[in-house]
Amino acid sequence: MSDLPIFLQRNWGTFVNALGTHLKLSFSAVAIGICIAVPTGILLTRFPKAAKKVLAGVGVLQTVPSMVMFGLAMPLLGIGIRTALVVLIIYSILPILRNTYTGISEIPEKYIIAARGMGMNGFQMLMRVELPLAGSVIISGIQLSAVYIISWTTIAALVGAGGLGDLIYTGIMTYNYSMILLGAAPASILAVLTSLLIGWLARIATPRGLRM
Amino acid sequence: MVKIKFQNVRKVYNGTDVVDNLNLEVATGKFTVLIGPSGCGKTTTLKMVNRLVDPSAGEIFIEGKNISDLNPVDLRRRIGYVIQQIGLFPNMTIAQNIEVVPRLLHWPKQKRLDRTAELLSMVGMDPQQFMNRYPSELSGGQQQRIGVLRALAVEPPILLMDEPFGALDPITRESLQDEIKKLQMKLGVTVLFVTHDMDEAIKLADMIVLMREGQVEQAASPEKLLSDPVSDFVQEFIGKKHLPTNYDVESVWEIMNPNAVTIAKTKGINESIALMNKRNVDSLIIVDENRKLEGIVSVEEIRAAGRQESRIRRIGDLGIRQVPTINIHSQARDAFDLIVNENPRFIVAVDDEDIVYGIVTKTSLVKALAGVVWGDETDV
Ligand SMILES: Nc1ncnc2c1ncn2[C@@H]1O[C@H](COP(=O)(O)OP(=O)(O)OP(=O)(O)O)[C@@H](O)[C@H]1O
Ligand SMILES: [Mg+2]
Repeated sequence: MSDLPIFLQRNWGTFVNALGTHLKLSFSAVAIGICIAVPTGILLTRFPKAAKKVLAGVGVLQTVPSMVMFGLAMPLLGIGIRTALVVLIIYSILPILRNTYTGISEIPEKYIIAARGMGMNGFQMLMRVELPLAGSVIISGIQLSAVYIISWTTIAALVGAGGLGDLIYTGIMTYNYSMILLGAAPASILAVLTSLLIGWLARIATPRGLRM
Repeated sequence: MVKIKFQNVRKVYNGTDVVDNLNLEVATGKFTVLIGPSGCGKTTTLKMVNRLVDPSAGEIFIEGKNISDLNPVDLRRRIGYVIQQIGLFPNMTIAQNIEVVPRLLHWPKQKRLDRTAELLSMVGMDPQQFMNRYPSELSGGQQQRIGVLRALAVEPPILLMDEPFGALDPITRESLQDEIKKLQMKLGVTVLFVTHDMDEAIKLADMIVLMREGQVEQAASPEKLLSDPVSDFVQEFIGKKHLPTNYDVESVWEIMNPNAVTIAKTKGINESIALMNKRNVDSLIIVDENRKLEGIVSVEEIRAAGRQESRIRRIGDLGIRQVPTINIHSQARDAFDLIVNENPRFIVAVDDEDIVYGIVTKTSLVKALAGVVWGDETDV
């Protein structure tokens, strides 16, 4: 372990690069996942019958192990960052979709009746009542999704997308324990920090009236 | 003048007529109360007025216009609506809750602010103190008030209220009833009000509409309903609510002093002494959270407890003495007999469920007699 500083120094450039790619990949996947899942979730609340089926279908997709998913995607989309992104987006969707749907569906009916009874149209109801009241549930879906995606992005190295997973695989191939740690430890720390950050943002964005 | 007119209105849910051929005219500027057993279609009737529910058959007119021709969203913004469970938006402050409809109608900011302050002051809530609070930071009674103010914000000509005072203790409930009645008379709003409490209906209504299984059983003024029930069902519905059915001078209800000094059994010793000093009485009637009679305690007993340095903190834990009681519907003569024969300091007037309404003392008897002999001055 005495040669750790030298090890770090020698691999610093590679590490920073891998970290950057990892962040970019996870962030993009979750961001695009939000853009797809939140509107879809809202739409589903308007069609509760279809919603059950759609959620069940997406749920099945989620149970496909990520290795298998990457394996299946490769022949179709080739090797590289694009494949990784598509697979990660698919995985990021479910928690956000499910939480958006349940968050809005489970708003007590009295608020919905009050809002409609006072003359809000559908869009006003969504913006002023439904989204604010479902907000914390939706955000916890995003939080969950972000944590998953950050750890699954390490597997994306399998399809040549780079990221911290690259360091882990290189380490495994060359029996370089330090290298494995250099990939694995930051990935875990990143997941924890992101979760904390989102939790904190959610708290300060919650109006006092909704805090317990 | 007719404000709202129901013409052969039916609503069918799953093959059953929830509202069955309803014909009803709600008069402009009057307080109309819908009452009836649970599930008889009161809420459904109310919701058809602002088109939260559309009738299966028949027509509803507001000032002669068939509401099925009107845009529901516009219609609702002109009708105040207080729902059965208040439903203040927990993510909005009190001001934001009150300003929902003004915002929808694009009122300028200053006008909204002025209106909110005006409304809060109207029900004795300090705007500075309450405007920026959240619903969860208000008591149940305060929330109910805001629910009503929210519906009144743009001075709608029609106000629909669905059991707005449902879950309140009797004292808060009474004071809110007084407030809403005053507001309604002052603003001249047409109110359609749902309750299942006959006492509330009688207190508030210009017209009571008693419903039964989706139909109108009797629609009449409170006096008429009480004196001339059209059927056994009406009679039973009035009776069931333990109403003093005859307002004779001879009932206990009439002669009692309604200002009995009561205290909740959970209150402390010091608070009890303070209350006695303030109201200048030498004993307190102890009640539970529903104002149900527990017993009485005198100033001597409280002092004794204090001297013993006992650990008793709650007034209800003192040895409570029983008191003579009399039902509010009983004859005043029974109260005379009791006082003359047993010579108690006072009798507690309760209803069938032991809820305290007042006390009968020698003084109240003398006043009642004086009223008979010289005429009742309070009625002049
Ligand atoms: N959306 C609905 N779908 C099916 N049945 C309904 C619906 N809304 C109400 N009902 C039924 O219609 C009947 C009347 O309901 P409503 O809510 O009008 O009663 P209510 O007189 O307001 O009763 P309560 O005093 O309990 O509030 C009930 O039997 C109820 O179950
Ligand atoms: Mg109801």
